[in-house]
Amino acid sequence: MGKKVLVLGEMRDGALRNVSFEALAAGRTIANDGEVVGVLIGETVASQGQELIAYGADRVVVVEDEKLKHYSSDGFAQAFLAVVEAEGPEGIVFGHTALGKDLSPRIAGKLGSGLISDVTSLEGEGDDVVFVRPIYSGKAFEKKMVKEGIVFATIRPNNIAPLEKDASRSGKVITLSAEIKDLRTIIKDVVRKATEGVDLSEAKVVIAGGRGVKSEDGFKPLQELADVLGGAVGASRGACDAEYCDYSLQIGQTGKVVTPDLYIACGISGAIQHLAGMSNSKVIVAINKDPEANIFKVADYGIVGDLFEVIPLLTEEFKKLKVATS
Amino acid sequence: MNFYVLMKRTFDTEEKIAINGGQIAEDGAEFIINPYDEYAIEEAIQLRDEHDGEVTVVSVGSEEAEKQLRTALAMGADKAVLINIEDDVEETDQFTTARILAEYLKDKEADLILAGNVAIDGGSGQVGPRVAEQLNIPYVTTITSIKIDGETVTIVRDVEGDSETLETSLPLLVTAQQGLNEPRYPSLPGIMKAKKKPLEELELDDLDLEEDDVEAKTKTIEIYLPPKKEAGRVLEGEIDQQVKELVDLLHKNNKVV
Repeated sequence: MGKKVLVLGEMRDGALRNVSFEALAAGRTIANDGEVVGVLIGETVASQGQELIAYGADRVVVVEDEKLKHYSSDGFAQAFLAVVEAEGPEGIVFGHTALGKDLSPRIAGKLGSGLISDVTSLEGEGDDVVFVRPIYSGKAFEKKMVKEGIVFATIRPNNIAPLEKDASRSGKVITLSAEIKDLRTIIKDVVRKATEGVDLSEAKVVIAGGRGVKSEDGFKPLQELADVLGGAVGASRGACDAEYCDYSLQIGQTGKVVTPDLYIACGISGAIQHLAGMSNSKVIVAINKDPEANIFKVADYGIVGDLFEVIPLLTEEFKKLKVATS
Repeated sequence: MNFYVLMKRTFDTEEKIAINGGQIAEDGAEFIINPYDEYAIEEAIQLRDEHDGEVTVVSVGSEEAEKQLRTALAMGADKAVLINIEDDVEETDQFTTARILAEYLKDKEADLILAGNVAIDGGSGQVGPRVAEQLNIPYVTTITSIKIDGETVTIVRDVEGDSETLETSLPLLVTAQQGLNEPRYPSLPGIMKAKKKPLEELELDDLDLEEDDVEAKTKTIEIYLPPKKEAGRVLEGEIDQQVKELVDLLHKNNKVV
């Protein structure tokens, strides 16, 4: 039997995040031959409805209110619960992002349902769907199922392939009016520290620097390489502690967990806390002067050498490749 | 002021992980206070020292969690509560834990409840917000700073690297992010004092809960280790040749660029 599944479309800088398209694919698997309903919450977001449909939603429900301009758990919970009330879903999928992590437990708490967080793959379909998620900082995995109630999951960015975009798909985008009241927390200020451009947790390529980068300036060649590959720059805790870069770039047990297609670790020794944040990347390249560095144990390819010599050469080679393949 | 801290005893994930009989092998493993909960305990102690009141650390688990609760008392917490569910509940998930904690906290008139934003073993990050929802109080996750001024609370939280300043009021639940503080090590006098501090042990019965009330909504069907990665290749030759070979491999073999 098919299920009705709600999938939250998450916005960042006026556009839908990739993880929302991945969530639609997961929603499709859970729905089986049922219905996938996209949900958009914000001040003016209805224009993104068609995009959700192109990526697999059958229709879209929009809740708009000026109080929803910025995310707050109170505001978004009221809006999402109004959609739940109107739709009576049997499944819910969010991205496992800052917003998804903050909002999903509250919704699950309110609905008295289970919640399977940080899912990296799904097996089976419909009622038999099994969720795979990393535990113990990525050193082990568990398979989970829902015993009763709503099938609710958050999915880790970059792990579940989105469906192919089909702009010819059509579906209804309807607006639901919901009363948003009593925001108990008020945002006073937001300081954007994360670098412009590609979002680290969603990047397909990550160039990460460690203590071996030696200074703030030392990150420049890494940024150039990232720009050529359309990737993002990250860092180890060591580099952040040494103030070579902002903590917003930190990858590891504390910090961000990333699973890009390509992870290039530059001057990173490979402490266990760092590995927890990147060891599930598809291909790992290590560049380090020390042939004994721990990072070589998890790397697919290693170059023993000075990163300040290797990285610019690598940037040049990738530029050539880009010219040759374009 | 009444400060409550939600604490989990966790496997130290810096340890080597092995599977035994479908479970993570615990023999000889090191157990610790979940590192994010340590931030929560430290912050509660500092806030109590500034505003007066009492810090109570609460844990749901088995008898073994007594050791980590004593450590929290040695850091400076005033009281500890262990809700021992070992004999009552077979399968637990975040619904279970949150339901029990909310039941315990509902009549405690807590002003501020602190927890870690995630536990490093299960990694779900659900329990804090679930408890707040059940107590019908506001919550703020992944905080890096908190200041209480009368009824007004000013908080800075980390949002994927950006920092967001917000204002809210008590009662409140917050979850701690790295950067909130530097947790202290228990001092020797602290450890001596902790032995005499109250550690209350409760069971489901004491909270008027039945096993059915807290039955898990999800179940784990398998735990396994990731497939061993084949040893990587350290490239050889002149550096510029290595770089060419690497780009070639990534393009043709792995097809990631």
